[in-house]
Amino acid sequence: MTVTQEPTRVIGQRLLRREDPALLTGEAKFTNDLPVTGALHLAVLRSPYAHARITSVDVSGALAVPGVRAAYSGADLSDQWGGPMPCAWPVTDDMKNPAHYPLATSKACYAGDGVACVLADSAIAARDALEAITVQYEPLEPVLDLEDALSDRVVIHDDLGTNTSYTWNLLVEDHDGAVDEAFAAAAHTVSERYIQQRLIPMAMEPRAVLAMPQPFGGDMTLYSTTQIPHILKVMVALTLGIPEHQMRVIAPSVGGGFGSKLNVYAEELLCVALARKHGVPVRWNEDRSENAMATIHGRGQVQRIELAADADGKLTAIRVRLIGDMGAYLQLVTPGIPLLGAFLYAGVYDLPKAYDFSCTSVFTTMTPTDAYRGAGRPEATFAIERAMDSLAAKIGVDPLELRRRNFIAVEKYPYEAYSGLVYDSGNHDGAATKAAEMLGYDELRARQGTQNANGSNKRLGIGVTSYFEMCGLAPSRVLASLNYSAGGWEAATVRVLPTSKVQVVTGSAPHGQGHETAWSMIVADKMGISPDDVDVLHSDTAIAPLGLDTYGSRSLPVGGVAIAMACDKVIDKAKQIAAHQLEASADDLEYAGGEFSVRGSPDKTMPLAAIAFEAFTAHNLPDGLEPNLEAQVTYDPPNFSWPFGTHMCAVEVDTETGQVDVLKYVAVDDCGVQVNPLIVDGQVHGGVVQGIGQALFEEAVYDTDGNLKTSTLAEYLVPAASDVPPIATGHTVTPSPTNQLGVKGIGEAGTIGAASTIINAVVDALSGLGVHDVPMPASPHNVWTAINAARANASGNNTIANNNNIGGSQ
Amino acid sequence: MIPAAFDYVRAGSAEEAISLVGQHGEDAKFLAGGHSLLPLMKLRLAQPSVLIDIGRVSDLSYIRDAGDHVAIGALTRHMDVENSDLLKQHVPLLAHATSHVGDPQVRHRGTIGGSIAHADPASDLPATTLALGATYVAQGPNGTREIAAGDFYQGFLTSSLAPDELLTEIRVPKMNGAGWNFQKFNRRAMDWAIVGVAAWRNNGDSGVALVNMASTPVLATSVSSALASGASIAEAAEQAAADADPQADLNASVEYRVHLAKVLTRRALEAASS
Repeated sequence: MTVTQEPTRVIGQRLLRREDPALLTGEAKFTNDLPVTGALHLAVLRSPYAHARITSVDVSGALAVPGVRAAYSGADLSDQWGGPMPCAWPVTDDMKNPAHYPLATSKACYAGDGVACVLADSAIAARDALEAITVQYEPLEPVLDLEDALSDRVVIHDDLGTNTSYTWNLLVEDHDGAVDEAFAAAAHTVSERYIQQRLIPMAMEPRAVLAMPQPFGGDMTLYSTTQIPHILKVMVALTLGIPEHQMRVIAPSVGGGFGSKLNVYAEELLCVALARKHGVPVRWNEDRSENAMATIHGRGQVQRIELAADADGKLTAIRVRLIGDMGAYLQLVTPGIPLLGAFLYAGVYDLPKAYDFSCTSVFTTMTPTDAYRGAGRPEATFAIERAMDSLAAKIGVDPLELRRRNFIAVEKYPYEAYSGLVYDSGNHDGAATKAAEMLGYDELRARQGTQNANGSNKRLGIGVTSYFEMCGLAPSRVLASLNYSAGGWEAATVRVLPTSKVQVVTGSAPHGQGHETAWSMIVADKMGISPDDVDVLHSDTAIAPLGLDTYGSRSLPVGGVAIAMACDKVIDKAKQIAAHQLEASADDLEYAGGEFSVRGSPDKTMPLAAIAFEAFTAHNLPDGLEPNLEAQVTYDPPNFSWPFGTHMCAVEVDTETGQVDVLKYVAVDDCGVQVNPLIVDGQVHGGVVQGIGQALFEEAVYDTDGNLKTSTLAEYLVPAASDVPPIATGHTVTPSPTNQLGVKGIGEAGTIGAASTIINAVVDALSGLGVHDVPMPASPHNVWTAINAARANASGNNTIANNNNIGGSQ
Repeated sequence: MIPAAFDYVRAGSAEEAISLVGQHGEDAKFLAGGHSLLPLMKLRLAQPSVLIDIGRVSDLSYIRDAGDHVAIGALTRHMDVENSDLLKQHVPLLAHATSHVGDPQVRHRGTIGGSIAHADPASDLPATTLALGATYVAQGPNGTREIAAGDFYQGFLTSSLAPDELLTEIRVPKMNGAGWNFQKFNRRAMDWAIVGVAAWRNNGDSGVALVNMASTPVLATSVSSALASGASIAEAAEQAAADADPQADLNASVEYRVHLAKVLTRRALEAASS
């Protein structure tokens, strides 16, 4: 009688995000929206010098300002700290890490370093009072150039005696000397130098903090616009000597992070310390210019990459030398960022065991750097993909053809790479073929030949990037091998309430990703119920006590998989109850559409709702079975997740003005099974725009004194909707074999693919004029300068042509 | 991003505004759309002690046909200038250039008088009205006076308005079918021009003015003279920077600005002549 019908899968539907109505109507509550009576407002006085000795601090003037309750120098608060601010990634045993406290005491090491603070009844009074603090500085020379920093001409941290923080090597050879031999024997080599300019993350919501001492007993609640409430809780407890069980951290609605809120910041520690000291709530929020100089920056690398290839262009060895810009101090994971890229300088290519990577990271007198969307992997992808274009030009083959000759073949998956890492799945030719079709690659190449040959001032260029994302941080044992101080697991609880509504508790803390929508879809799909019956709890360490938070495109492939596994455990327990109630063997039960049925007896069924109520009343449960229907899982992934794809674009470059017009952008991303393709598209759109931002618009520019010149959104050019091209998204689906959902990450893929796609296209457009490289951002001025240099070079004037360091030095 | 403390008063008429500025002295500033002044105040680059809000002086918002010219009230919003049929017919260059100011939010709040009185060389409308040979009307305690656009811009953010004078009207000559073009070169659509060119051409006559090529908007008289004496567009455009004194900034060196001025002037004149 009953017609068997495969229930409609929830996974794969383009459901609208349940988070959006509150966000779009302004009803969502961010940290700064929380109404608290009696809170004091913190303001931080920041050094106007990039590098200066602090000879005296006099806060007495601030105390005279109406509304001011207290003012402190760094020395005044030195008894508050149980230790310096944390760096959780000591990448080598001998890494140099200067002691870094929330307020500097003897020396300011970048323009923006906190040197004193004020507590007042209002934010305005606190800010005005900063002007009444007198600090005597003895200015020192700034250190702004990485190679200059390396020379130790000026040493920033006296006690370290050097600006070099560490050197980290990854040399993989199947026999000693394999890399050198490969270069000696190579038919073709290229040696390229690229600058990854500093970027400012510029999350839409600047940072905000509210620390609230709880009545009696010493408990403290910290609200912060953070990506990492759980890590923050541990670190604040350790740094301030607060017992961990007395710390609670809550991240309310968080307006974007992109890695910049993956940190433990001075102001978080100051608010907690001062709330503890004064026994009242203390809050702080930064303005946009403060955000630009006191929140971490991203990128900041000088890259040297060398490729060796045989006569066909097959890669035989890769050598990479990096200088990493740490900025003035090591923040939470600063030193590890270049290492996250260390495994990706061979990209998606089949490289023998001949890989030589070395990174030396240095201190400078600029804002500390740390994770910014992609964190090491966009830099690595940029280098290999730009260098592949150089190699293609040298050999005289089409860049796409050269990539095809080197792709790891689909039948080699799972593929053990030169590094020992196992890439779980890939179909690079499939993604590239799809991207080429979507772009109209062959037609554009034909049009380019005609258009550029006729001397047009609008030259056409085509850019290609094939990438791996390497995300889903991460298998805990792999993190251990990299000296990272924490694991990479994620926790989940799935709880069926008496009325059969489901609560999900996740340790992954969203800040725009859409976890509530996606997690409810996973549970609905697994349990055969409506996503509307699933609530997702997160971002409060009292509600979700276990977790490792959100970064590195880890939420779905780690946190989401943990939820699926918890659903399995819940269904297993429910099955025992159903078997008991239906007087059937559990082995004979099937679960589908939210209901158990007995195989062969279709009239004997029991819906999840009934089981949930039985589990709640516990009136008639199998012997020994605990009441209630919930399960907890902590999942440590066996491998990274390996999304891949190919991005392509077409640009037109106005050779008179240097203006780059992106005509068309195609992103083909393979993130395995897509839980919600609408969210995937959104992640790709946002990521690609941030990559285009690095390629064409953005750069943190310092003047020769070390002052940040791009501290407002009028100077720091974040692209707006009108400044980016239409983005065509396409997908191939190669499920991950390492998790039951077949999912991979997608949060960083767009950013990883975009910058080299754009720059490859710009250089491709101009290669006929002799342009070999264009610095990022490829601003009109930088492009015009590159064209002029190439023309001068063609007419024999080498002095201009060899000056390739033209970015941001006007 | 929080301005220094200031007092706020609202004027109901131009006369009241002038009287209020007389009372409060030189540290008082008129507030119209607020899209130039308030950002400076938030960065504390401007710290007026009193803001005299003229935003509700509604009788200064109008666009009228005045025979040989169009008269525009100083408090007319950019969006109204951009969409004015009268201006599109008689002064299409101004309507078009106004559509490039900032973004739609800015154009709904900002006013033509505010933009001109602010005298920012990087703004679009001072140079555009200069190219068009506009006349500005200022009202002070002793009545009104006319100021030619060419006499108005004295230096960076400095005009010939007296502290107690209010810009009340912009008079723009009708273009009588002249060809025209506006070139705005920038990196993002919302930004100020790195270099801009407003140009018109009618038989032997022409007007070319440059955005962001000196501490004031620049009337490129050398270009017009060259054209009048028979130079080709390409030859005349080589004179584009002759009257300019550009500065370097994050987006452009002096050399690049000069180059852009020439290229954009050539393009503007070619478009205006086609």
